[in-house]
Amino acid sequence: MIYLDNSATTKPHKEVLNTFVQVNESFYANPSSIHEAGVESNALLDRARGQIAEILHTEEQFVLFTAGGTESNNFAIFGVPKANTHKGKHIITTEIEHPSIIEAVKSLQSEGYDIDYLKVDENGVISLQELEEKLRKETVLVSIMHVNNEMGAIQPIEEAAKLIHANSRAAFHVDAVQSFGKLPISFNGEAGPDIISISGHKIHGLKGSGIIAFRKKMNIIPLLLGGGQEKGLRSGTVAVPQAVALAKAARMATENMEQTTAKYRKWHNDLLEFLAGFGETIHLLSTKTGAAHIVSFSVKDLKGEILINALQKRGIIVSTSSACSSKQKKTSHVVEALELHSNYKKGVIRLSFGALNTDEDIIEFKKAFTEVMKELKGDKNQ
Amino acid sequence: MIWKEILIRYGELSTKGRNKKDFINRLRANIRHSFNNIAPLEIATERDRMHIKIESEEQFEVLMKKLPTVFGIQSFSPVAVCDKELDEMKKLSLIIMEQFKGQELTFKVEVRRSDKSFPLESHEIQREVGAHVLRNNPNVSVQVKKPDVELRIEVRQDAIYMMAQIIQGAGGMPVGSNGKSLLMLSGGIDSPVAGYLLMKRGVRLEAIHFFSPPYTSDNSLEKVKALANELTKFGANIRLHVIPFTEIQVLIKDRVPSNTIMTTTRRMMMRIADLVREEIGALGIVTGESLGQVASQTLESLTAINDVSNTPILRPLIAFDKLEIIDIAEQIGTYETSIQPFEDCCTIFTPANPKTKPKVDKVNYYESFTEFDELIERAVRNREVYKFPETQKAKDKFEGLL
Repeated sequence: MIYLDNSATTKPHKEVLNTFVQVNESFYANPSSIHEAGVESNALLDRARGQIAEILHTEEQFVLFTAGGTESNNFAIFGVPKANTHKGKHIITTEIEHPSIIEAVKSLQSEGYDIDYLKVDENGVISLQELEEKLRKETVLVSIMHVNNEMGAIQPIEEAAKLIHANSRAAFHVDAVQSFGKLPISFNGEAGPDIISISGHKIHGLKGSGIIAFRKKMNIIPLLLGGGQEKGLRSGTVAVPQAVALAKAARMATENMEQTTAKYRKWHNDLLEFLAGFGETIHLLSTKTGAAHIVSFSVKDLKGEILINALQKRGIIVSTSSACSSKQKKTSHVVEALELHSNYKKGVIRLSFGALNTDEDIIEFKKAFTEVMKELKGDKNQ
Repeated sequence: MIWKEILIRYGELSTKGRNKKDFINRLRANIRHSFNNIAPLEIATERDRMHIKIESEEQFEVLMKKLPTVFGIQSFSPVAVCDKELDEMKKLSLIIMEQFKGQELTFKVEVRRSDKSFPLESHEIQREVGAHVLRNNPNVSVQVKKPDVELRIEVRQDAIYMMAQIIQGAGGMPVGSNGKSLLMLSGGIDSPVAGYLLMKRGVRLEAIHFFSPPYTSDNSLEKVKALANELTKFGANIRLHVIPFTEIQVLIKDRVPSNTIMTTTRRMMMRIADLVREEIGALGIVTGESLGQVASQTLESLTAINDVSNTPILRPLIAFDKLEIIDIAEQIGTYETSIQPFEDCCTIFTPANPKTKPKVDKVNYYESFTEFDELIERAVRNREVYKFPETQKAKDKFEGLL
């Protein structure tokens, strides 16, 4: 099997799994317990937290472990506005966010919050001018994803951060689930985000583990209430094995980032060229300037599902635009936002690379794809 | 890397007349000791400043990070070096000013020309380099009185030395320049702060802790060890004497009226501390007591406690508010360790209503029925001594997991 759906999820690294098992075997005590075993778990948890804090350039106390990207995103979207109603009820996000942002802001909208969705151009990138125009005195939160999960567009986080911090009192949340480990993302004073969400299973870590991290002390209301773990901001017994495994996955992802990204970029350029060879049968959603690990395109007048099945028969796993939206019948909101011609709306396919892919995988994909296209579209397009 | 030297200014030492040489030697030894991980350091001393030669980027980074915690340093500056050519000086001045790029600020050039044979006069250097900086930094303007940045150029025999940044040091006096004392380290917030303040005044410390297993756990002892270790970052070794105290504490509880337990316990601790002090040749005993904070810290209680010893008892926090103490604890990084929730020996056996105004003669009377001397001597004899910083790092039990 050639697995090219790493933006849906990745296979955990062996080292990460080993860590997970070892911590479960040796340090399973509750880190909140005051007995020796608990103190030991807690010391290990602190080390994991410290490692993440170092990678993100923040303080240890501002790193919280969650159950994944969705929780981290929900936490930011609900937590910040609800703690800052005295400043206003205006939120800015984009029309191509992950559903864990979109659905959360919609829920706030029904409670009377005022939401602005930034438009994106044909490359999937927001306009900084529009952002500046939409910022108001009452804006309490701006949430912009770093890399889009369906087609890989990269948003100008640094410029956006400077604008937001210079022109408003809003907190700036960045959903870095797709970018962490592939692009540099960290706190950087006024030129960076205030809140970052990260997910473990997108970086060869484990499902069910994530991080929300803050640049500084935040005014934020917790999503989960209970025993007051994580400084009262995230109740629930802290999953030490998941946290340590995540710290390890994050270290491995960032340590080798330059090499892996260079590899992805090579494949990315190669495939964009290869796909351009199909002429107007194929419309590219990804661009040369987008994230290196995602190649997204659409085949004219063809359902994505059919392509997936045909490729799968040849042992190649790819996805329609996103795993989340692929089971729903309707066209994804990202595809809608890109205003694709209706001929191309149904046939969106996404390839996403991971650390375990090799050059051969890409060669195999090209071979299989050429065959499939011949089979489905006939020779006339070649 | 352009940085070739770190220049250290002594501050308070400069005023100390005859003892100055000792102080400078002490400071140099402390710096050598604090940075033995990047040894050997080449340190040259002068009357009012000291030069540390930089040989690698690693040395530079470690020094910049840790020098602000070393007592006896008023301020320090990273210094760059160039050839004794005007063009080189101009080039270097821009590199040094680079760190203030984009900031609106005032500046002046200050020249110290110890090589009198250098062809350019001080004011010529000032004018040439000053003009060059101004031309290349539109945000910078000249101000002679109290400028934001002073670009300092020193023409020495071997080269030109240049610096602009002045970093605040920890002040105070080099640890060890004012003798040695024994710190009573409980594990709470106050005692590490008291130790820190005395270290700042140049006192070398050893610490004593009273350990009462099973009423206090190993965790509480680990916490005290961690605190002792944290204090070593201010430039000195610390030995921690751990006194087995259970036996005495239980005996006290049996033999004196319950409202006197606390006073007697404190007096026994003081007697033990005094014996240890004598043995290690320390001059004073340091405590974290703050007037009125708890029952044992009223003037009456302190009087009853002092009654067992003639040694000077140094209580640097006596007039501090709790919040002020917490502030310092946070600054020096001991707060987080101190608030870990483990019982210490002061909080066990505490009666509901301890006497806040004990009378010395009454306490003496209650204690007179019990023979404590031998127990005290035994406790001192059986103490365990730990040395910090730990020379050999304990094997990392989390190795490989992260």
